[in-house]
Amino acid sequence: MSAPAVARRHAGFVRVTHWLTTLAFLALLVSGGEVLLSHPRFYWGETGNVEETPLFVIPVPSSRSTVPTGYDYVLPDQNGWSRYLHFQSAWLLALTGLAYLGAGLGSGHFRANLVPSSADLRWPAVRRAIAEHVRFPSAAVADAWSYNPLQRIAYLLVIFVLVPVVIWTGLAMSPGFTAIWPSTVTLLGGKQSARTLHFVVSVALTIFLLVHLAMLLLAGFMSRLRAMITGEAEVRP
Amino acid sequence: MTPLSRRALLTAGVVAAGTSVVASAAALGRRLGLVPPDAAGIYGPGETLTYATHRLFGRHAMAREFPRGMISARPFANSVKDRDEAFLAHQAAGFTTWRLAVDGLIARPAALTLADLRAMAVSRQITEISCEEGWSYIAEWIGTPLSAVLEKAGVAPKARYVVYQSHDTGFWDSVDLDEARHPQTLLAWGMNGGELPVPFGGPLRMRVPRQLGYKSTKFVNRIVVTDSLAAFGTGKGSADAEAGYQWYAGI
Repeated sequence: MSAPAVARRHAGFVRVTHWLTTLAFLALLVSGGEVLLSHPRFYWGETGNVEETPLFVIPVPSSRSTVPTGYDYVLPDQNGWSRYLHFQSAWLLALTGLAYLGAGLGSGHFRANLVPSSADLRWPAVRRAIAEHVRFPSAAVADAWSYNPLQRIAYLLVIFVLVPVVIWTGLAMSPGFTAIWPSTVTLLGGKQSARTLHFVVSVALTIFLLVHLAMLLLAGFMSRLRAMITGEAEVRP
Repeated sequence: MTPLSRRALLTAGVVAAGTSVVASAAALGRRLGLVPPDAAGIYGPGETLTYATHRLFGRHAMAREFPRGMISARPFANSVKDRDEAFLAHQAAGFTTWRLAVDGLIARPAALTLADLRAMAVSRQITEISCEEGWSYIAEWIGTPLSAVLEKAGVAPKARYVVYQSHDTGFWDSVDLDEARHPQTLLAWGMNGGELPVPFGGPLRMRVPRQLGYKSTKFVNRIVVTDSLAAFGTGKGSADAEAGYQWYAGI
């Protein structure tokens, strides 16, 4: 039996930036969750602390004894390394994102692979894409060579909305950065609003990651993983 | 030449060029004061990028100030570790025996009373103090600009950092001279129109509004001007950095 024919699926810059982003995002998620434990309360506006009424609280124990959580124990403080790791990973994410945007614009990647055609955006086409997703795995095999409209919209949302907003809201919490560029935080309604939005967008990105992984499992995890590592995928018979 | 070996050659060339660029950038950065004292270790690149970016683009940037109406009605003092015996004695004497020691690389070492500080210069600011944990409050801080104290002390040209020590046992920190001479960096002895309450760091706390709250050390009793942080603790520049927290907290 001969080996199946393969062809190029993902460009080199897409694969490299995909894995760098994966590394950065996982580090940001773990360290961000850890920092959150030191104050699992969220506020709206400029200021917020245990003397003020929260917008909402995450029902988990805290790593600080000063936070009233309802639990009678305090988690170990892991903020030191978590903060170092968070900001270093944020640099990795931001620089990788810039390289990806530059290469993507230069190569026409966004228009060729991600922007849906106007026909795809009409309701019947969207409805068909949703229906095909429900009837797995037939849709997934076809998607090996081109993203369907739902995928395109999801990826564009992550690349051009969620990641930029999570970086922006992160920077808007920095006293040094907002001294240089104050409107980054005043536009959001204050530092605590920025912190709350940072959390909400991080949750949205985590949901994206979980759906992304679920889709890979349904579509054939190993073949998609191989395509994103080697850049090659099997040609359809 | 096969495409593969050309690619290998190119990769090797890019790596070699990249390494030498990074090495010379690091040497230049150290000379320009863009490398923080805790830059060794795996988190050094991120810390250096942040510190260098803020120093290159925001050396003179001003922390946001707020209208009086935004002062937090219920500021949160946070907990403090054990204050030392000397502090309790000063507190019992109404801080009349308290002094701020100023020494190191300066022409005129001094031991300043609160009255000395008040007579030197007074500055007021309504700024937000942000804890690394995530919470914050806004207060009016009244104090003597650290720059005024440094000016009077006569700082030696080779000085690079100001180290500050505290009655809060084991706490000490430092800032570079840019932060020390910044007009919003205060030795604060007043808050919200009155004296600085002890839970908020009275009689004197450092106030560094462009960095997180942990740089605004409470119960400051000594400032030391130095050209090197190597002789202080393990050389990372602060008790927080030795406990695993970033020395530069402007994030």
